[in-house]
Amino acid sequence: MLDLSNLEHKDYAIANVTVVDPKAGRAFPGFVGVERGKIAFVEEGKAGKEVSLPLYDGRGLHLAPGFVDIHVHLREPGHEYKETVQTGTAAAVAGGFTSVACMPNTDPAIDERSVVEFVLKQARIAGLAKVYPIAAATRGRRGETLSEYFELAEAGAVAVSDDGAPVSSADMARRVLEYATAVGIPLVEHCEDMDATRGGVMNEGFYSTKLGLVGAPAYSEVLCLARDLLVLEVVPGARLHAAHISAKGSVAELRRAKERGLSVTAETAPHYLCLEDKELETYNTNMRINPPLRGAEDREAIIAALVDGTIDCVASDHAPHALQEKQVEFDAAPPGTVGLETTFPLIVTHLVEPGHLRLPQALALITHKAASCLGIPGGTLDRGAAADLVLFDPKEEWIVHPDDLHSRSKNSAFIGAAVRGRVKCTIVDGASVSVSLVGA
Amino acid sequence: MTTLNRKHLLGLEGVSAEEIGLILDTAESFKEVSERPVKKVPALRGQTIVNLFFEPSTRTRISFELAEKRLSADTVNFSASTSSVKKGETLRDTAENIEAMKIDMIVIRHGSPGAPHFLAGLIDATVVNAGDGAHEHPTQGLLDLFTLREKWGSLRGRKVVVVGDITHSRVARSNIYGLVTLDAEVTVCGPPTLVPPGIEALGVKVEHRLERALEGADAVNVLRIQLERQKAGLFPSTDEYATRWGVNRRVLERAKPDCVVMHPGPINRGIEIAQDVADFERSVILEQVTNGVAVRMAVLYLLSGGEAPAREPEAEEQSGELRAVRKDKEMV
Repeated sequence: MLDLSNLEHKDYAIANVTVVDPKAGRAFPGFVGVERGKIAFVEEGKAGKEVSLPLYDGRGLHLAPGFVDIHVHLREPGHEYKETVQTGTAAAVAGGFTSVACMPNTDPAIDERSVVEFVLKQARIAGLAKVYPIAAATRGRRGETLSEYFELAEAGAVAVSDDGAPVSSADMARRVLEYATAVGIPLVEHCEDMDATRGGVMNEGFYSTKLGLVGAPAYSEVLCLARDLLVLEVVPGARLHAAHISAKGSVAELRRAKERGLSVTAETAPHYLCLEDKELETYNTNMRINPPLRGAEDREAIIAALVDGTIDCVASDHAPHALQEKQVEFDAAPPGTVGLETTFPLIVTHLVEPGHLRLPQALALITHKAASCLGIPGGTLDRGAAADLVLFDPKEEWIVHPDDLHSRSKNSAFIGAAVRGRVKCTIVDGASVSVSLVGA
Repeated sequence: MTTLNRKHLLGLEGVSAEEIGLILDTAESFKEVSERPVKKVPALRGQTIVNLFFEPSTRTRISFELAEKRLSADTVNFSASTSSVKKGETLRDTAENIEAMKIDMIVIRHGSPGAPHFLAGLIDATVVNAGDGAHEHPTQGLLDLFTLREKWGSLRGRKVVVVGDITHSRVARSNIYGLVTLDAEVTVCGPPTLVPPGIEALGVKVEHRLERALEGADAVNVLRIQLERQKAGLFPSTDEYATRWGVNRRVLERAKPDCVVMHPGPINRGIEIAQDVADFERSVILEQVTNGVAVRMAVLYLLSGGEAPAREPEAEEQSGELRAVRKDKEMV
């Protein structure tokens, strides 16, 4: 068999792998064929003589559809010192992500056609992961007037959001949801009641009291989500996607809304699965995140919500910030952690290893389920779908080290953490874009 | 235990009863130094200490400076209003620049909780927290403990009430850690809008009504109320605050007859503390200030590697007893 680190054929098959099919909910020994950048077949068992394509050796690795991250900050245009489309998508493919949706809180904001086109052009030049821009819900994300959704969607925007901040008011949220129905795109809401947050820099509770830091109550998130759900109820055909859900109260709201049949989806981020506010005792600014790390009850509720489907998917909320921005006093640091390169191993470590979910179900959270929240392609092994694939070793243990990260910024909340599961090879449209098969 | 086995003093959290005992014993010896005509010992001769104050402070800065001078250290004062911080320099750069001038200790007062911890992670010098936001103010906590120990000998089982704006108070937190470690019974009291969630988990009781909180109290530590908290809507008026949480003679009748009244200063006479209580014979507010210098001398001396002196007062007359024994560079 041919060496996978030297993948040069256009049409080929990869054998000697465990195929993980999240949509089918199963994993099996098999092989996968790729023709003209599309998935030609996925078969169970050993590849025999009937396979006429050049055969690459998958080295016993697992093969899954390329991961889909529907919430990243690529920082371009305007904050290229933190990240660019090129460095951000390099981080994406290193982490197994073949598609990412990027947030519009750039400078200028992604609030007009030319900016969408610029981001897509940078993505084409980089030639790594597929990039799906999310446009600003309001011009300049100022919460005053709608941006031009038709123009933006035509240019390639897949959703609207004022992420970084919530849509300014219930009234504005209603206009956003109403107008978006004409275009058929969802509102991705950053659920935070700014009034209730009161300048909080961490979760309010025992640890904010102990550390003397201003606490933001968890109900700040719930209030804004509840507001949007009430609005959603009176806007037929609207779709709401709640970003980075972190609070137990939000899970209860989402559960009720889904029971009522509202068209709402939700994501959480990996850090809410495995970190709590008590970690802030070291005043580690890389753990200053918004929404903030919450308490044990919230973390447990988030895991339970992923298991029962109340929360649909996991997105990294990859938020790069330069070293000099994070090497400051805790309350002066901008919130956010990079996440593209740690999301997959954290899911393995904190959802699969403890037995909350089996691997195919866990990977559904970063493949087809994530894609369907925004209605973008990707995350499947369907015949004829783009051959976006990832090969990984689910057992390999490694320690997160800043030098190993491809992102321009190294502000990971997980520096020094031991994780399990490592991406070995990422393929986009049939072509290898990231290979690190050493030791595989 | 005769030496303090830590490099920094960032807070009283996690400081053991034994360590506190060592610091207070050492402070007792140093208190005597301040009574002398020549108020100086050579304990920190040749050491450079920078007082890095990013927030306005009179009492604490002067207290530290006097402590340093009485230990014969060379001191430099840095305040944010006259410094490069105004030109946009970060705390990291400021600290690294100062350290590059070869200094031994930094005493830092900063508005951001955790700023001293951040500093301690960046530089090699010893860091002493002189107040970080609403987090801790360990030397204030220690001087309060010192003052109470002078009165009572032991704090075990004594009932201490901390009254005022607990949420925004670093003094409250350091007091709580120290008092709980020394087995005092601590009650915090203040308007519910100024008592932070989960504070009970630090081992204290919460009582919002002052007259109930003071029932049988051995000491009351009255915190300064910042008038801007009223403007922020956290309590309705200074009038209502003074009536309900101001410590006056009438409400003190609920406490033990010899109840000690403390205040970290500066005081708002007539608001959190009545005129007649501030000047009351049971008020130890000025003793606290005197003790502050001794406690800070002890902290600086012990953190520099100094050995606790023998406890006989006579022995301390020879300044040789208070010699600095640096762990790294032996110097007598």
